[in-house]
Order: sequence, then structure tokens, then C-alpha cells
Amino acid sequence: MTARETVLGRVRDALALAPRPEVTVPREYRTGRTLPDGERLALFVDRLTDYRAQVHTCTADRAAEVIADVLRERGARKVGVPAGLDRGLLAGYDGEVREDDSNIPAPRLDELDGVVTGSAVSCAETGTIFLDGSADQGRRALSLVPDLHVCVVDLSSVAAGVPEAVARLVPERPTTLISGPSATSDIELERVEGVHGPRTLDVVIRTDV
Amino acid sequence: MSSTFLGMPAAPPRSPYGTGNLRGERKFPAAAHDELRDEQLRRNLGKATRTIRGKRLDVTAELPDWERLRDAGSAIKTDTMNRLPELLQELERKVTEHGGTVHWARDGVEANEIVTRLVQETGSDEVIKVKSMATQEIGLNEHLTSRGITAYETDLAELIVQLADDKPSHILVPAIHRNREEIREIFRAAIPGVDPELDSVPAHLAAAARAYLREKFMTTQVAVSGANFGIAETGTLSVVESEGNGRMCLTLPRTLITVMGIEKVLPRYQDLEVFLQLLPRSSTGERMNPYTSMWTGVTPGDGPQEFHLVLLDNGRTAALADEVGRDALNCIRCSACLNVCPVYERAGGHAYGSTYPGPIGAVLTPQLAGMHAAKDDPNSSLPYASTLCGACFDACPVKIDIPSLLVELRHQHTEQSGTTAEKLAMKAAAQVMKRPRLYTAAQKAAGAGRVVAGRDGRISHLPPPFAGWTDSRDIPAPPKQTFRAWLASAEGAAELRAAAEEGARKPGHDGEQVGPGRNGTHVSPGRDAEQVGPGRDGTHVSPGHDGEHVSPGRDDEDGDQG
Repeated sequence: MTARETVLGRVRDALALAPRPEVTVPREYRTGRTLPDGERLALFVDRLTDYRAQVHTCTADRAAEVIADVLRERGARKVGVPAGLDRGLLAGYDGEVREDDSNIPAPRLDELDGVVTGSAVSCAETGTIFLDGSADQGRRALSLVPDLHVCVVDLSSVAAGVPEAVARLVPERPTTLISGPSATSDIELERVEGVHGPRTLDVVIRTDV
Repeated sequence: MSSTFLGMPAAPPRSPYGTGNLRGERKFPAAAHDELRDEQLRRNLGKATRTIRGKRLDVTAELPDWERLRDAGSAIKTDTMNRLPELLQELERKVTEHGGTVHWARDGVEANEIVTRLVQETGSDEVIKVKSMATQEIGLNEHLTSRGITAYETDLAELIVQLADDKPSHILVPAIHRNREEIREIFRAAIPGVDPELDSVPAHLAAAARAYLREKFMTTQVAVSGANFGIAETGTLSVVESEGNGRMCLTLPRTLITVMGIEKVLPRYQDLEVFLQLLPRSSTGERMNPYTSMWTGVTPGDGPQEFHLVLLDNGRTAALADEVGRDALNCIRCSACLNVCPVYERAGGHAYGSTYPGPIGAVLTPQLAGMHAAKDDPNSSLPYASTLCGACFDACPVKIDIPSLLVELRHQHTEQSGTTAEKLAMKAAAQVMKRPRLYTAAQKAAGAGRVVAGRDGRISHLPPPFAGWTDSRDIPAPPKQTFRAWLASAEGAAELRAAAEEGARKPGHDGEQVGPGRNGTHVSPGRDAEQVGPGRDGTHVSPGHDGEHVSPGRDDEDGDQG
């Protein structure tokens, strides 16, 4: 017998030895919640700030200006962007912009001072941003290796809670949930921001998109 | 779906004895006895568990539907176990469809061999690792080392443990037993090229780990991970983490090998909406952990281009075959039960001897690896490593009734262990309790125990065969007067009458609390002896102070030094 047959046989034997009645999952927790724009924004910003992410809110027409200010303030002279990012977002930036390509070895992304990406979905209640590898977000390595991540979030993509956000995801896409900059609590349970992922996370929220 | 099941079901085997990290060298009381002497350890643990308890309560109280999420989480896991054969096959099919390869391992030995072979096939002699309970359980690192493959742990706490040649002592924060000074010393001794002036500020220690591991992330071609969830419906695997080391390992290498216990499968993608709320709030006390990665097979141009999933049994089916014990398989490894446990908080994780310490470890370990009566197995002591206070059950996000599981395992252990002194004593006690006269006499005889009590009214050492009881605890001296004697006395009768009258005066009061204790009755010692009431056996007793309530130790958590 193969290991597969053996293990599956054992599982069936176990269930025959200790049968249990069928279970219906009670899904009485909160789902399908909506919140007015203002409340959703306030909640999302509060949560992001709690994780010590830097938050910038603006209208779409000012986004390029805000992003340029952020990059300047962080001293980022060389930034990476995914191929599908609206280049208008970098119109105000005077540094070097490098478009990513999956043929570039990931370690070379370490040369970048930062990266600017879009996002797929966000969750207000937990301050979580979901990246799913779409053209405006790029491959996972791009938003991981550089030390600064500037992430553009449209308020319309911000869901109220976790069930509402998960419902908007495409399961087969490589998905990364980001809640603030990387952190650890491994030393005496004291939270320290900034370990292996980007140590700085700037979130630019476009309130009218 | 075809079934190969024919004839009588056979009980599945436990994890093979002597393999992996599911058994310590000593029984819990002996190990705990030594650990308890380590004041540094107790200070570190006390501080850390206190902090995390507070955080967890804050963020769980924030959700009005927390209890409903727990109900859903519990039901999803039970449903999963009921449908495990079909869900595992569905997961296998979906992972394969998306370009992954699925392997099955009967036990840890087989899983170690599979991973070793897969690493060798890549030509690499080193791997980077994401913190994983399953690979710790099977002793993968030790096995890889023996085959000439170096495994680098990349989680900060696992790195601390690895560099110190130590063992993890907590599911979530494996180096919880170390404080910042100790960690600085470990780093200065073991990280090549580390700044000799490195201080003990946690941010600086984390930065040292970042610098050390950066090069490994950028150059190592193979990663090994565990999995928090594997979604049958879509073939999606998930790792929940904080530091970004998980993302690095899951993204940068060419080959990814994931070792997942078969109980980690979830039926639907939608189920993540429950567990992504339950897990972070229960484990780190955060609304959400900084990073969660989800991947489905292989994505061209993004992440590892070769993906292997190793599905591990290693005693899980043996646990599944236990009607009561199988609930331990519902565990999502959040570690909330460790942080609220008065026993864990004091003894620490090493005393349990297993990869899985604390309350859940005390039920999971014996089920995965067994309690071998013939071998005087250290695991047989784990179900007793609890006061049964129930804090773990209250904290568990999937509502595992750990105290009931512990009691069931104690029962199984007693059944297995044949005739023991304890069994004989229990039989004798049953005979005595059946006969009121004998019982009263025995109680009176026990009253003689007062002479061996210290001035504080506690007995620290009983003579054999009762010594086992006082090895790990003091007992209060027997009272001068038993409750039965007090109730039969004139004073007891008067008290009962008064309480009944009071109850009758209050309409609507159901009078359920009638009796002593309610109004703080305290019979002071040294009062004149009284004759007990009529109809009794005429025993002459002295009233003593009534038995005090002994707390299980939870509510004095700030009482010890630290």
C-alpha cells in the first residue's frame, strides 16, 4: 500500500471507530456589513495608525503630489513599480523609476530604496491591505524586498470587516495580507516594528476613487 | 469516491516511540520541579504571559460577535474532521491542478525522508525555514543535519532557540523563556560578525537578526514551511506570521516544501473569514497579524516555481479514532491556552517535554504519541499537569473542552496501568464511603492529621503511601470538626432553621442558597466541646473552623515575585 492509501485508510478507520453526527456550521457572526465612507475611512485610518503605518489621505487628483512628497521625505531616490501601475501616480516624482520584470532576480530588488504599488482589497476593522499580484501590484517579491512600501488604496476597495474583504478575493491569486510594517513580539512580548519585511509602510488613501 | 475500506476498522497507530519531539525524558512533576527553581524563567514567563493575556482580552472584547465566531470555528473544525477523507483528496486534487506535488507521510520518519529527498533533488545543501510546529514535532532539522543539510530558522524566536542550541518552550513565542539580556549574549556568541557592542534593546536585537538573515533569504534556493490552513475547495495554503521571514521564505526561493498535519485542512475558502479573526486575536492579541501569505500551487513569474505539499499523519489518525480526544485535533495553535494556564505560567514549556506544551500539549501529545504503560512513559504524566481550573477552555477560540479531555486521558491512563497503589486506595475509600459509621470514624481518624500540620495549618509531608500527594502540594490540616458533624450539631441545626425562615420571609426567593457558608459563618476554634445532635452515633467532637476554600492558583498571579 502507498502512504496515501494507508493514511486515507486510517482516517476512514478512525471515523468508523468514533463516528460523530453531522454538523451544520452556524454562521451567525457579522457578515455583509457596510459602513458610510466617512466611518469606513476613519476606522481604517485608526487601525493603520495603531500599527504605526503612515497614512496619507487625498483626492485622486492630488495623489501624485502626495506620493512624491512621501518619497522625497523618505529619501527614496530609486523606486520600483509594477508594470501595470498607473504611471501618472509618479508624475510628481523626480527620482529614478524602475519598472519590475519577473526576469529580474529578486535579490536585485534590494537595490531599490522603495516600491510603489496599488492594492486589491482592504479591511477597515483590522487595518489590513490585501495584495493579489494584479498588474498594479506586481509579483510578491517586489513589495517585500525593498525597505519602503508606498501602497495606494482606493476608499471604494475598503471593506468594513474581514468577511466582507475575504468575499472580494480571488482565491487562486497569490495573496498577501499586510497589517502595518513587519513586526515582532518575540523578545519579552514587546512589539518591535521592522524586521524582515519593509520597515516603513506608507498608505496613500484616495478618498474619491 | 471509492472506498478501500473492508471489514473491521483497525485502530490507527500512534507516532512511533522514540522518534521526533513528542516526548520528554522525564515525567512532568520531576521536570517542573527543576524548572520552578529557575527564578529568571518564572520572571520572564510571568511578565510575558501577563502582557499577552491583557492584550488578548482587549481585542476579543472589541468584537460583539466573538462568541459566535468561536461557535463557527468550533463547528467548522468538527465538520472538517467528519469529512477528512474527502477534504484531503480534494485538497490534493486542487494543489496538483495548480502545479504543486502532494506527498503523504504515515509518520514523522517518513516525512523527514521525503523532505530530505526533495531538498537533495534540488542540489542544495541548505534550506531556510519558516517557524513550523509540524517540522518541530517530527525533528526535521535534526534529520536534515544528519544528512548534511543545514536548516536556518528564520523566525526571530526560533533563531534564538537554534543559536542557543535550546528547545522551544511556547507555541507562538518559542523563546519566551529568554529575556533580552540573555538574547543579547546568545547573539554575541553565535552570530558571525555581529557588533560586539550590541546592546539589549529589542529593536537592536531584531535589527541584528535582520542583517544576519538577509543574505540567507537572498541566496538560499529551498524553503521549508508549515501551514496554518489548507483550503480543500481551492488548494490554497496559508501561513500567518509577523516578521516577514515567512513572506521571504514563501516568495524568494525556487523550491518550497510545506509540511502540513492532515488536520489543518479547511473545507471552504470562506472559512478563512472566521479563522482570520479568531487566530490573530487569540494568539498575539492583535486585530490582525502583520503578514499572512496565501498561495495556490505555483504562479508563473511569481514566487517558487516548484511546490511540494507533504501531508503528515504521525498519530493524528490515532487521535481521530478517540471519540473524546479527537477534539484536540481542532487546535489552531494560537497558544491562548498556554498564556492563561496557571501551571504553564509557572512551570514553563520545557517541563512538558513535547513540541506542544501547555494545556493543549497535555492533551495533544499523549494522543499523538501515546502513553505507554509498559515503558513508564513520561507522556502519561501530562494529563495530570493541570488543576482543571478551566481557564484554557474559556480562552480557546475553537472551544476545545481541554479539562474534559484531560479527565478522559487520566481515565484512560488509569485503565491502562493495571493495579496500582492509587487504585487500591480508591477501592478502599469506596468501601468506607458506602458505610456511614465507618466513614465517620475514618473522618475522625483523619482529624489526627492535625498533629503533623505546621503552625500555618498546612501539611507539607505525609508518610507513605500518601507521600505522592504532598510531593507537589501542601494540604490543609483536617478541621477539628467535619461538616457532617457540624450540620448535626445544635449550632448547625439552628443555622439551618434561621436560614429557612429567612428564605420564607422573602417571597420570590427560591431559597437555593440555604445553609452554612452563605453569611460567612465561621466557627472559631477553641470553643467548648458540644454533644452532637440526636439520632447520630454520639461521636464527641469539637467545633473547628470550617474548611477554607483553596483557590487553584489563578487568582494570585501577581502574588509571586517578578
